[in-house]
This record gives sequence, structure tokens and C-alpha cells, in this order.
Amino acid sequence: MRKVSTFNLSAIVLGLVFLYLPIAILVIYSFNASRLVSVWGGWSTHWYAELINDAPLLDSAFISVRLALISATAATIFGTLAAVALVRFGRFRGRLLFASMIYAPLVMPEVITGLSMLLLFVAVAIDRGFWTVAIAHTTMAMCFVTVIVQARLVDFDMNLEEAAMDLGASPLDTFRAVTLPLILPAIAAGWMLAFALSLDDLVIASFTTGPGATTLPIRIYSEVRLGVKPEMNAVCSIMIGVVGVAVIAASLLAKFNLPTTVARKSTGSPD
Amino acid sequence: MTPKRSFAEKFVVRLPYAWLLVFFLVPFLIVLRISLSQPTLAQPPYTPLFDLFAGWHGITAFFGALSLDNYALIGSDPLYLLSFVKSVEIAAFSTLLLLIIGYPIAYGITRTPRRVQAVLMTLVMLPFWTAFLIRIYAWMNILQHDGPLNQLLLALHIVNTPPVWLSTDTAIYIGIVYSYLPFMVLPLYATLEKLDETLLEAAADLGCPRRKIFWEITLPLSSPGVLAGALLCFIPAVGEFVIPDLLGGSQAPMIGQTIWTEFFGNKDWPAAAAVAVVLIGLLVTPIVIFQHQAMRAAERG
Repeated sequence: MRKVSTFNLSAIVLGLVFLYLPIAILVIYSFNASRLVSVWGGWSTHWYAELINDAPLLDSAFISVRLALISATAATIFGTLAAVALVRFGRFRGRLLFASMIYAPLVMPEVITGLSMLLLFVAVAIDRGFWTVAIAHTTMAMCFVTVIVQARLVDFDMNLEEAAMDLGASPLDTFRAVTLPLILPAIAAGWMLAFALSLDDLVIASFTTGPGATTLPIRIYSEVRLGVKPEMNAVCSIMIGVVGVAVIAASLLAKFNLPTTVARKSTGSPD
Repeated sequence: MTPKRSFAEKFVVRLPYAWLLVFFLVPFLIVLRISLSQPTLAQPPYTPLFDLFAGWHGITAFFGALSLDNYALIGSDPLYLLSFVKSVEIAAFSTLLLLIIGYPIAYGITRTPRRVQAVLMTLVMLPFWTAFLIRIYAWMNILQHDGPLNQLLLALHIVNTPPVWLSTDTAIYIGIVYSYLPFMVLPLYATLEKLDETLLEAAADLGCPRRKIFWEITLPLSSPGVLAGALLCFIPAVGEFVIPDLLGGSQAPMIGQTIWTEFFGNKDWPAAAAVAVVLIGLLVTPIVIFQHQAMRAAERG
């Protein structure tokens, strides 16, 4: 076993403390009985109890969850198809444009994605609301799904597919019986990531939403703009819990190191 | 050379392709078009897009209505220029800070045993996927006038009067470094992990001091990771909205905020579109570099 020097160890420890301490403080304060941040009034679940009576907030939470379920599912279907096309179809006409459209949204500032989506909806005179946000989230999230599924497809042994075809299976049967089961963990991981991204998005949703479709992040944003509120500490703690569980599950499901794979795609180092 | 494909195979390509064309590419063309039109007080607040049924007259009208007024506006009003300069400045300096903070973390992780590495990287990445808005809100708690940070500083007698954190550029830097750190550590780790250790051993055996090994071997070999990390942080940071809006002050907005205000506040859609087009132009070079890298990675598989 290699020896970890004090310098390296302290870099890791300080880094993790920096990443997790703010979240921990938020969760701890959500249990503060006092309304003031400066005063610790003892432990209390008062602010959580308060949430149950906040009908608009619960409405928004319901909208956000429904939105995340729908857009994550659509994003997973489109994203998986795109990954199969990119990895298995070699060079087809328009591949460069296709690949560009997959990678560009990964780094595009959200303000621009949101604005351009909105202008599309206005140009074709679609009323904005739940479904326009769902379309926008699907488009944004499908690219992340593609990157994850692509990594898995590149990884696995293509001989398995060829063997199935040699034995007389059609391409469709081969996909169903061989490919799909092998990439299923990556697909599931992609779905959960898309779910988390949709549940978390403020900017794109703000641009593409309409009356009656105020998502939870939009509601939280309008509340916290003017300052810290203890009720919001409680909502945020719950969201951290939900999204955290989804992401941990995604990492475990993917079986491979999810973040590392994404990084390899971006740094160009071969697997 | 393209082999014949079945209907099902064509479907695999065409469905996501069509989706991205309609919902990613076309919207950008519309942004470009609207940035060239006049603002009006109608709903939607810009002159009509394109009248398909007007024939030749429609086409001439289309090109006749194009104007560069919005771009002239951006060029003449110092507000926009300041906003662009500030965004690039904040993004560039944050990226530098991120490199300085992220590199030791990524390097440290590669020095631990393999199994631990996977756990540590998952721990580093976890906050990145979780609730971006909420993590910025967490800093609003911490940086408040009577928040935990100032309480700590006062208790340790580092300061006598609590400093103001919120609504300053310092708060924006803290927010960006905090939110983007995983995005920096990730590519750095991915290249450092691949580093051929025999090179380092050889240098050490030949009597090269450790500091020099780092500067002459480790750092140059990790340059793809440094580049990828810098791009992954710089590009989104330039267009950042939530962080400057919640943590920063109102004196000089970043460009993401300017687009937001033009759009939601002033209802000047053509101006918002023009600012967006200029921002895309500004980011195109780094995005092309990023894509080139990503494509090369995908091709090498």
C-alpha cells in the first residue's frame, strides 16, 4: 500500500470539509427552533411541521416530482438511442452535427438554453406550462444520459453481439437479448441523473414555464431571494435528502465509477 | 461507405436526431433571427418572424426587416460591455482559484489505495449532482451578517467588527469555487490517475528533487486534465446566473443576469437575444476545443 503524505491527506480532508460543511450547516439550522440564524434555540422539527400546511409549496413539490419523472423517462429513451447510434453505427451522414448537438448542451450556459427554448415555444405559439418545461428538461438531460450509456457501450465486449448475430439473431433481437441487459445499469443510472437534474433546475424552468406550473426550485428561489427563511432550510434539507439518495443509487447501479467515466470522455484519456 | 440499414436502425438515429434538431438547433436559429429584429410593444414583443404564405414579398420583407440595431445598442451602452468584462474576469479568476484548490485534492486522491480512490471520487462528485440552488442557498446562511462564519471569526478574535460578505464579489467567488470544484477535480483526477509512475520513479532514482519532478513531469503530463477542467469550469461560469444573483451585489451584473433582466425585467427580447448571441460567440472557441477533445475521446473509445 502506498503511503499517503500529510500534505495529500490534508488536501483531501480540507476539500471534503469544504464541500460538505455548508450542506451540514444548512441541515442543522433546519432543526433550529429559533427563527434567527444567530441564535440557537434548541432542536426542533417545527419548520418541517410548518411545511405540511403550506399548500402552494406542496403543489410545487408535486409538480416538480411529476416533471422529473416524465422528463427523466423521455430523456433516458432518447439519450439511450443516441448513445447506441453514436457507438454502434460508425460514420453516418450528419454524425458530426449529431455529436455536436449531444455535447454542446453539456457546457452551454443555462440562461442561453432557457432563452432559446422559450423563443422557440413563442415562435410556434405554444402556450407555456408544464409540458414546455418537460420538453426543455428532456432536451437538457438526454445529453447526460447519452454520455453515461455511451461509456458503458464502449466498455463492453462487442463479440457478444457478433456471436448472437452469427447464431441467427436479428439486430433487434440481439439488442433486446444481449445489449440491453448489459447496458441496463447505465440506463438506470442515466435515468436517476436526469431525474436529479430536472428536480434541481431553476433557470431553464423559469424561462419555459407558464401559469400553473411553478416548480419547486422556482418557488424556493422566489422565497430565498430576499433572505434566509427557516422554512426554506427545511425544504432544502428534504430536497438534499431526495436528490442525494437518487444520485447515490445511480452511482451504485452504474457499478462502474460514474464520475470518472464522464471525466474520461471529457479529457480524452482512453479507457 | 454506409451499409444498408433496417427501418428499426434508422429509427434509432432519427428519433434523437430529430428531437435535437427541433429543440436544440432550431431554437438557436430563432435566437439569431430575433436578435436581428426590432423590439415592439406587442405580444410577442418583436417584429414577426417569417410569413410563409407571403411568397416573394415575404422573403424580401424578411431580409428588409433585419437590423443590427440591437448589436449597435450592445456596443454603445457601457452597461453591456462592463457586464461582459466582469463575467469573463470573474470566470477566469475563479477558474484559476479552482485549479489551485482542485489540483492538490485530485493529486492527493490518486495517492490513496485504489478502492479508497473510488469512494473519495464519489464523495467529491456527490455534491455536484445534488441541488445546485440549495447549495448556493446554504452559503447565504453562512455568509449572513450574523451567520456562522462571522460568529466564528468574532469568537476567534480574527476580526473585531463582522465583515460584510453577501452582495460582494468575494461571495460570488466563494459560490463559484464551491459549486464547480467537483467539475475541476474530476478531469484532473482522470488524467493524474493515468500517469505513468515509472517516469516519476526514474526521475527520483536519477536524483531529481521532488519539487522539480512535479514541475517538470507531473504537471506537463496532466495538462489535458488541466485544460478540460479549466474549460468545464470557465464556460458555464461566464454565463452563471444563480450564483451572482443570490450571493453577489447589484452594482455590476454578470452577463447571465443581464440576459435575465433584459428578458424578464425590461421585456426587451431582441436585446436579450442579441446579448445571448454575443455570449455564444464569446464561448464558441472554448466550446469547440471542448468538443474536439470529447469527440477524440469517443472515437478512441
